[in-house]
Amino acid sequence: MSRADVAVIACAELFRGDGEIVISPMGYIPSLGARLARLTFEPDLLLSNGEAYLMHDDVIEGWQPFRKVLDTVVPHGKRHVVMGANQVDAQGNQNISAIGDHDRPAKQLLGVRGGPGNTANHRTSYWVPRHSRRVFVEHVDVVSGVGFARARAAGLRYHDVHRVVTNLGVLDFGGPDHAARLVSVHPGVTVDEVLEATSFPLLTDEVETSREPTGAELELLATLDPKSLREKEVPE
Amino acid sequence: MTTDEVVAELRDGMTIGIGGWGSRRKPMALVRAILCSPLKDLTVVSYGGPDVGLLASAGKIKRLVFGFVTLDSIPYDPWFSRVREEGSIEVTEYDEGVLGTGLSAAAQRLPFLPTRAGLGTDVMSALKTVRSPYADGEELLAVPALRLDAALVHLNRADARGNAQYLGPDPYFDDLYALAADKCYVSTEKVVPTAELTAAGPVQSLLLNRASVHGVVETPNGAHFTTAAPDYGRDERFQRHYAASAKDPAAWPGFVDRFLSGDETSYQNAVARFTEEAA
Repeated sequence: MSRADVAVIACAELFRGDGEIVISPMGYIPSLGARLARLTFEPDLLLSNGEAYLMHDDVIEGWQPFRKVLDTVVPHGKRHVVMGANQVDAQGNQNISAIGDHDRPAKQLLGVRGGPGNTANHRTSYWVPRHSRRVFVEHVDVVSGVGFARARAAGLRYHDVHRVVTNLGVLDFGGPDHAARLVSVHPGVTVDEVLEATSFPLLTDEVETSREPTGAELELLATLDPKSLREKEVPE
Repeated sequence: MTTDEVVAELRDGMTIGIGGWGSRRKPMALVRAILCSPLKDLTVVSYGGPDVGLLASAGKIKRLVFGFVTLDSIPYDPWFSRVREEGSIEVTEYDEGVLGTGLSAAAQRLPFLPTRAGLGTDVMSALKTVRSPYADGEELLAVPALRLDAALVHLNRADARGNAQYLGPDPYFDDLYALAADKCYVSTEKVVPTAELTAAGPVQSLLLNRASVHGVVETPNGAHFTTAAPDYGRDERFQRHYAASAKDPAAWPGFVDRFLSGDETSYQNAVARFTEEAA
């Protein structure tokens, strides 16, 4: 069992209870997690292929071009997206737009993409393959995905930032007044390591150890990812 | 029409929408023709890919209205990064959905359309909100119409009068761009007799009708190096070459000399030679 395997399981666990909704995982590990969840405890999940199709194994089961996603799937709300994040802050804001001043950034990134709409409309989780103080900052430079305080101020009734899975553990914003919490650390990681790699305080009252994959899940992973590409996204 | 005739209808300072998505089905032959023209001070509206990078490289963009710029298989376009980090273009940054909402408002001749996307962010804080007049009273973002002077889109097939068809899996937002614009110009892999359109694909693939299209240009391989599936996929090797050249100020003039200093025919010939060298 590798760290990448545990990260895949933590991503799969993001979808527990989701039922029959569209999952849009960005990144290889979240994609593996979604496929594993569907093969095991969430068989009804719908999976987009990142382009125009909903895929069930190798079979096309739906047509979902980008405009349909933005016009109806996102606003309708039956969707759970796992986005990347160049920065995440103490209030759950996410940034994939730019580092520094937006008028003249020190580093231009992708742009806000669908972050504002996703966080305004449906469940959103984040995947961070390299947990560090550069990613977990006090305040993001540009708000792409909206965090809790801003969502409340803007009256976003469908705001639902769920969890952040990283190579070290799992965070959420389930503390008092949506304070950031350390939910679990991956086997072999200490709470102090995570705190050291995070620029803002984390509540650590009830930290568990992230679930390890079962034997059956490891077998499925070997089928889903025979070349172990997951180890590239999360090295040991 | 020819690509140069299309570009001759554009003016300095215009707002120009470019169809496609990222590095997918971009009207690159028309973009290349703009690079060779004296056009300047454009406001470009795009789900951005190398169209944005190339126009930025030639100093054509005054303002960019965008939700993202990416080469898909390569996350960042180096030219877009450079002009942003130099502060040499102005930007209006929208959520992907908000950009589409603005185009929809323009297409429907509405002053704005409401949405939840964008509430709570800073980049869209210049936009005003509107309160629902119904019992819920919800406050929503009022996305202003994104009216375009011209739209440039690339479709797989078209007839000479402007009925145009996509044969790949995704129409992107090309029909909205067409309706949001005063003039829409279509470049296409192949101009065919009208009857061939429904022979080639289902009637639902006829994305644009001639009432919203003002000019058609046949540009085989005209989306290169972006995808125009099923006619061809993205030329990943060429895209890597573009990105590497764009990243290296010393290499860029050589790229321009080799690929971008002549007309579309000389571009396609240079690409063919580039491909042969790899074979």
